[in-house]
Amino acid sequence: MSYSLKENLMKEERLSGGHRMCAGCGSPIAVRTVLRALEPEDKAVVCSATSCLEVSTFMYPYTAWKGSFIHNAFENAGATISGVETAYKVMKKKGQLDDTWKFIAFGGDGGTYDIGLQSLSGAMERGHDMVYVCYDNEAYMNTGIQRSSSTPHFADTTTTPAGTVIPGKLQKKKDLTKIMVAHGIPYVGQTTFIGNFKDISEKAHRAIYTPGPAFLNVMAPCPRGWRYPSEKLMKVTKAAVETCVWPLYEVIEGKYILSYEPKQKKPVEEYLKLQGRFAHMFRPGNEWMIRQVQEEVDRNWEALLTLCNL
Amino acid sequence: MGIRERLSGNEAVAYAMKQINPDVMGAFPITPSTEIPQYFSAYVDNGEVDTEFIAVESEHSAMSTCIGAEAAGCRAISATSSCGLCYMTEMLYVAASDRLPITLAVSCRALSGPININNDHSDVMGVRDTGWLVLFAETNQEAYDNYLQAMRIGEAVGLPIMVCQDGFITSHAIENIELVETEKVKAFVGEYKPQHYLLNKDEPMSVGAYATPVYYMEAKRQQAQAMIDAKGVIKQVAKEFEEMTGRSYGLIEKYMMDDAEEAIILMGSSAGTAKEAVKQLRAQGKKVGLIKIRSFRPFPAEEIAEALKNVKAFASMDKDDSYNGHCGPIHAEVCTGLYANGVFGPKGIGYIYGLGGRDVRVESIQKVFAELEQIAETGQVGETYRYLEVRE
Repeated sequence: MSYSLKENLMKEERLSGGHRMCAGCGSPIAVRTVLRALEPEDKAVVCSATSCLEVSTFMYPYTAWKGSFIHNAFENAGATISGVETAYKVMKKKGQLDDTWKFIAFGGDGGTYDIGLQSLSGAMERGHDMVYVCYDNEAYMNTGIQRSSSTPHFADTTTTPAGTVIPGKLQKKKDLTKIMVAHGIPYVGQTTFIGNFKDISEKAHRAIYTPGPAFLNVMAPCPRGWRYPSEKLMKVTKAAVETCVWPLYEVIEGKYILSYEPKQKKPVEEYLKLQGRFAHMFRPGNEWMIRQVQEEVDRNWEALLTLCNL
Repeated sequence: MGIRERLSGNEAVAYAMKQINPDVMGAFPITPSTEIPQYFSAYVDNGEVDTEFIAVESEHSAMSTCIGAEAAGCRAISATSSCGLCYMTEMLYVAASDRLPITLAVSCRALSGPININNDHSDVMGVRDTGWLVLFAETNQEAYDNYLQAMRIGEAVGLPIMVCQDGFITSHAIENIELVETEKVKAFVGEYKPQHYLLNKDEPMSVGAYATPVYYMEAKRQQAQAMIDAKGVIKQVAKEFEEMTGRSYGLIEKYMMDDAEEAIILMGSSAGTAKEAVKQLRAQGKKVGLIKIRSFRPFPAEEIAEALKNVKAFASMDKDDSYNGHCGPIHAEVCTGLYANGVFGPKGIGYIYGLGGRDVRVESIQKVFAELEQIAETGQVGETYRYLEVRE
């Protein structure tokens, strides 16, 4: 069946409006899009790591989650949802349930790349039938924009401020998607919001309906941390893809498949200049930083093309 | 009539788990509780239970999977010791606050450092304020019996429960034990029927809210009430257990306390040693007695105050130190309990003993009674913060 944004939007929302996330934030968009990939008749338990998403959607006595939802702590969404999934297996075995339930965990990059990596790795290795979705906004936004291992090279954060001696984050971004591929799980996808949301919607569907563990890494920008006007969200994600800073690809049973190849790969400035966190890189004398980032992006892109046999 | 067996404390607990046939076990090995998930894995792999075993990558994840599974609508269990319990600590608070009656078997062991694998109670004492119910066992039989009663108690009040025994001393020592027939166990423990759960298709549920100051304190007050209510439940479940087995349990066990003038209060396997010491001293005509704490959470303050009100001198024995410069946790709670219940007569001292597996012998306990006799005679308490059997 061919993808239609219009039809997709007709589906009932599983995260209701009225939650407290910021305008222009990528996180609830990632959540709503991924959850729309569920077949309407299927039920789901959603888990969220402690994050902006969690504290903004489930503030007692209100919940924005229409289906069952569990928040446990910052670093254990992987383990928590694996416990729920195991309970489902037992209850199904004992004939206590007959509906089909799916299990989806969401974590930010702090809860996924860093403090929750062990819990996620364990859950993936154990082979639970679940999807872990990282909404990657490249810093600890909930506590006020501190660097994470996902924060890109030279980004200005509150713990890597662009200072007079140290020009932002000195380390490069960790490649979590490939770490997840190394787990040998049946499905890994890297995506973001592009055009009519076909890429993320199809990847979410494959992730949810592939038996066994699946991982989805979704670039989900943060207007406060990245410092872009909230209405420019889709412009930022498009630039990330067109410059190959955030390539779209998936790995099915170990096979790398490139989802999108820009006709004309754009220079990284096109992406960096949209965001205040990189503003210092455009100051006179800092041209070397942009050059270095361009080299890194080129190297990663070539490596990905090789993995995809292109 | 039960089934006579010879089992180690760990095996007895694993056997109780098998008889109960819970839904999910999430566990990570750590000495000296490792055998529990080992025995249990064999039951799983040989099809003797319906349980799904989640071989997690850490104790933090063990408790996290238990929280997920119990919230989903299942009975979830785990086992741990020492640093493993420490590593779970964050999640222990969440389990209690989510009101999930998870059952955790603990084979108590000292904490690092120095690293040490032997018994004391510093692991459980470190998590004493997490909101869990905590039962302690003196013997393998008690570890087994407490485990059979645990789920009934936890599920009745909506709190998770730890069933503790002393690492190696009972966890690895093999003792005669009387097991309850499995059909009777199943009937006694019953089915788990949670009121609300994640996998209820008719009623979705959100678990683990963010609570602002407007709601947080009410949630904690309700937890406190559940802990208060648990005292009655523990007694009621023990009564039914006694009807089934003839073995009687309470919040505390009093040994030769009726006319005692000097008493000691302690928890766990050392009670066996202390009973022997009391017996020998009684034979010499000394009016000594023992109070063994079975339920550490809820703390039986009233019961202890009642039992101590006529003694002249007592010693609280802590297999752990609070490092507060004046006493261990049991002594602190006993003294508070006496004061709160208007018992001001007895003179009390605190002993720190048995840390990191330091042997406690009958003579060690008799030394404590000799000190108490002195205090009772002279009325002079002297140092109240003492270490037993230590080179200084």
